[in-house]
Amino acid sequence: MFDRLLAMILCAGAAFAAAPGLAAEPGGERQRELLYRLEQDCGSCHGMTMKGGLGPALTPEALAGKPDDGLVDAILRGRPGTPMAPWDFEISEDEAAWLVLQLRRGWTK
Amino acid sequence: MTANPVRATILICLIAVGAALLAGCADQAGMRGTGDAGVVIERAAGRLAVIETTTNSLLHKVPGLGDTSHASVVFSRDERYAFIFGRDGGLTKVDILAGKLVGRVIQAGNSVGGAISQDGRLVAVSNYEPGGVRVFDARTLEQVADIPAIGADGAASKVVGLVDAPGNRFVFSLYDAGEIWIADMSDPGSPRITKFRDVGRLPYDGLITGNGRYYVAGLFGEDGLVKLDLWNTGAGVTRILAGYGRGEEPLPVYKMPHLEGWAVAGDIVVLPAVGRHEVLLVDLASWQEVGRIAVHGQPVFAVARPDARQVWVNFAHPGNDTVQVIDLPSRRIIATLKPGKAVLHMEFTPRGEHVWVSVRDDDKVIVYDTATLEPVATLPLDKPSGIFLTARAHKIGL
Repeated sequence: MFDRLLAMILCAGAAFAAAPGLAAEPGGERQRELLYRLEQDCGSCHGMTMKGGLGPALTPEALAGKPDDGLVDAILRGRPGTPMAPWDFEISEDEAAWLVLQLRRGWTK
Repeated sequence: MTANPVRATILICLIAVGAALLAGCADQAGMRGTGDAGVVIERAAGRLAVIETTTNSLLHKVPGLGDTSHASVVFSRDERYAFIFGRDGGLTKVDILAGKLVGRVIQAGNSVGGAISQDGRLVAVSNYEPGGVRVFDARTLEQVADIPAIGADGAASKVVGLVDAPGNRFVFSLYDAGEIWIADMSDPGSPRITKFRDVGRLPYDGLITGNGRYYVAGLFGEDGLVKLDLWNTGAGVTRILAGYGRGEEPLPVYKMPHLEGWAVAGDIVVLPAVGRHEVLLVDLASWQEVGRIAVHGQPVFAVARPDARQVWVNFAHPGNDTVQVIDLPSRRIIATLKPGKAVLHMEFTPRGEHVWVSVRDDDKVIVYDTATLEPVATLPLDKPSGIFLTARAHKIGL
């Protein structure tokens, strides 16, 4: 019980410290893992520099005007009728939101 | 003419020095053939590792290839030059004997693969952006033809599944438009194009049979594949394996299957099923399904050992730490290997005693003995992906 309460407080603290619009930022180790996945696995279709491939470009310019929740939804639930697969079996909603933020910032290695 | 001992001595000395220099040069050049050579893409570094399969060693590293996610390679017919097709639209020519980059052009914004013509004079690149095929002189890398892929709907389409075919032709698929085109390069400057419309939804890759007769495209948007008989193009495209998913909802695909490394074993073609954890066995004469084998995950490559007795299969994320070996006569999985994290590609030596397996996340390539299924060598390489041995130079479609 105390553990859960502590966890809730810690989570709230993390959310407060994170960028606006983010519920909880993933930890450092997980961030590295997610960025590696982004480059290597997302990069298989979207290009390692996110300039697109079989899948569309995910550069800041390409994502401009596209709302966050739609992009988070695409990551988590995929895009039926296209090769974009759902990743919710291993990526949480918070993590997807964090990935969208990295893409908007023009993440490159 | 009177003898001049001094001049004679000098002459003898010069000959001796010359011979020594020549011998030295020969050694320095490492006089060797390239029949046992190959290349491995170091995908994140944009670098080529030149290897040899006799003692399983690294010969050279050649940097400067740009974005090599999804890079592929074809070889000149003398097996000296590798042409690398990069994601960033780069077409790079590497002298694998010297270990030197000898030519590079950025020919488009975004590309996916390429092919070399039957006569070895032309290299074609398939592009996503701008969608189409561009053809280059294999010697100079000067552009000789541009084939924009404008579908029947008037929109530009990404091009996939580009292969060479006999008759100095290139065959490819238009992903967005759902078309297959043949470009006859008899007159390289003005290709003659034959178009097949409405072949099916989202053809995502293509293959050509080893005899150069059939072109087969996989469809992502439909349950089935399409086949084109290049000996009888008037018959048009025909649908094969329609409804192989039996109407079941396809599973998500975390990496697109590749048909290029397809397996043909006698009369049987082995194909990865899309959205199913199965490989399909197809009779090459009737093009009917004759069986399917349940496998570990979504298959990416299914490649046959050159004697076609074994088929090795790798898988999409999250099953990509595994390789399965199928014994084709019995249609049984005889081994499930765990080479490491993110197995991306497999390439057999020309007579099949070894297979080279790239393990991206573990930064290594493992060479397996295909009889014992035990590793015989491991090469540390940086994020290795595609492995291409020079024997491809003499195979139609590779």
